[in-house]
Amino acid sequence: MKIKSKKAEIKRSLSLYALMTPSLILLILFSYLPMYGIIIAFKDYNAVQGIWGSPWTKNFGFSHFIRFVTAYNFTSLIKNTLVLSLYSLVVNAICPVVLALFVNEIQNKAFKRTVQTISYSPYFISCVVMVGMVVSFLNVDRGIVNKVITSLGGKGNMFMSDPDWFVHLYVWTGVWQGVGWASIVYLGCLSNVDPCLHEAAVIDGASRMKRLWHINLPAIIPVFTIQLILSVGNIMNVGFEKAYLMQTDANLSASEIIATYAYKISLLKKQYSFGTAVGLFNAAINIILLFIVNFVSKKVGQESLW
Amino acid sequence: MVQKSRENTIFNIIVYAFMVIFLFIMIYPLWYCLINAFSSAKEVYYGNVVWLPKGITLENYVAVFREKSLLSGYLNTVFYTFAGTVIGLFVTFTAAYPLSRKDMYGRNVFMKLYLLPMFISGGLVPTYIIVKKLGLYDTFWALVLPGAVGVWNVVVVRTFMISSIPGELQEAAMLDGAGNIKIFTSVIIPLSRPILAVMTMFHIVGYWNTYFNALIYLNDEAKYPIQLVLRKILIQNDIDSLISSGNVSASILEQTMRAEAIKYAAIIVTITPLLVIYPFFEKFFEKGMVVGSLKG
Repeated sequence: MKIKSKKAEIKRSLSLYALMTPSLILLILFSYLPMYGIIIAFKDYNAVQGIWGSPWTKNFGFSHFIRFVTAYNFTSLIKNTLVLSLYSLVVNAICPVVLALFVNEIQNKAFKRTVQTISYSPYFISCVVMVGMVVSFLNVDRGIVNKVITSLGGKGNMFMSDPDWFVHLYVWTGVWQGVGWASIVYLGCLSNVDPCLHEAAVIDGASRMKRLWHINLPAIIPVFTIQLILSVGNIMNVGFEKAYLMQTDANLSASEIIATYAYKISLLKKQYSFGTAVGLFNAAINIILLFIVNFVSKKVGQESLW
Repeated sequence: MVQKSRENTIFNIIVYAFMVIFLFIMIYPLWYCLINAFSSAKEVYYGNVVWLPKGITLENYVAVFREKSLLSGYLNTVFYTFAGTVIGLFVTFTAAYPLSRKDMYGRNVFMKLYLLPMFISGGLVPTYIIVKKLGLYDTFWALVLPGAVGVWNVVVVRTFMISSIPGELQEAAMLDGAGNIKIFTSVIIPLSRPILAVMTMFHIVGYWNTYFNALIYLNDEAKYPIQLVLRKILIQNDIDSLISSGNVSASILEQTMRAEAIKYAAIIVTITPLLVIYPFFEKFFEKGMVVGSLKG
């Protein structure tokens, strides 16, 4: 009886399986096969012998990892990656909250809508265009930023080739692009705040600033925590695309992060196994960080992912 | 009472002052590109265009469309975006619906299969090797297929289907003798319109703006999408093609000036389509982002 009903169940599900098939095939080809391909991090991959046939590398398969950890630029790569990601994590966590709290205080509906719509617009601009704009605006002879600086009596700066500026440029242009978009979630939370809370607070004589602080901000915190955990989970995946585009020979000492290094070493220098090992190292740190943050968040009684 | 309204006024002033500054920062960089794209090459080159266009001209736009690499990049991007969006939406929705069905046999196993890639990915090189092995290198498929199944998208769409489409509707359709596929096409899809709109927008934005897959998988410049062409022109400052496409009799300086102005026109032409369509999707993606932030 049990078996029969199982059969019936499967039979009923057949057309659902059929629906899933295209996506499953793609998933296997482009997610699961590459997962299997990770083993080349422990091998000396060559195209002739392929992923399975290539010989295991020395030191029980760990020689690529050892080479990376002992490389002369290892500490600077780790430092650059962490500085860039932590800085951008903190700034990008806080700015959307501040924006949402302020936008929520706009009493004129039409103006509020306009601000929201405009604040989303930079999100739809590509990384390439964004960096292209930055390059033009910061051009040392003709860029608008240096024009303003010199007209105020300051001295022009070659921002793009200055390692000290790279991190700030990277993070704050990121804020420009993402702050409006990221505030959507928080505005959603704020629109769900029970109006009774505000009415009661007004009767108790609370000012708007006080209500913002004691009613609106706490309403945001749970979602904020989730977003924060999620972004910690991505901390080592700092936008490769943008960092790579913003790199110049002169700012390399600050802009070379693990991801850009892995790209260059593997696809430009064709050291596939070493590049994979570097990428895997990066991903491993990422997962460990995610677990730690989720654990801490659970301990202090906040939201957690699982 | 008087004190209260004064406090309120001060608060409003702070809020509106903040917003005015904020809006200026948001808009000005785009405005700057726009006015420069409409200005004469000389004014652009010397950085004289700050608030309004100077020496208004359409020359820069004409030059963009006369430049072969920009035009072909643009057309390629239109095609990639269209094809990628259609394929992406198809696989996302056909994956999400079965996963939303609680009565599907083996649902949990499949769900795990779709979720795992969120946490582990093969990474750059293994994916690259597989794409090459499959013979997709230097083809349009390499840009579309590897990222077509966005696992996060599947989860969001599935969450939407579970939470927003009443199960009774499906049961009623079943009693009427409709099969799973029939239910999918005539009940689920029509009722998923809001999330369909969000996903369409996400796919369009993603394919329109991406350059990285093209960078690693394409070799033939004739297949380059616009973003890769722009990278060459804007960031690597490789403007030879712009210079040579100009008037041959013009001096080197004049040609370099023109190239500067053309850059802004190229930026405007590239970003305009998305900036024009996103306000129409706005009310949907505000909802979609909230669904996305729910735990699946």
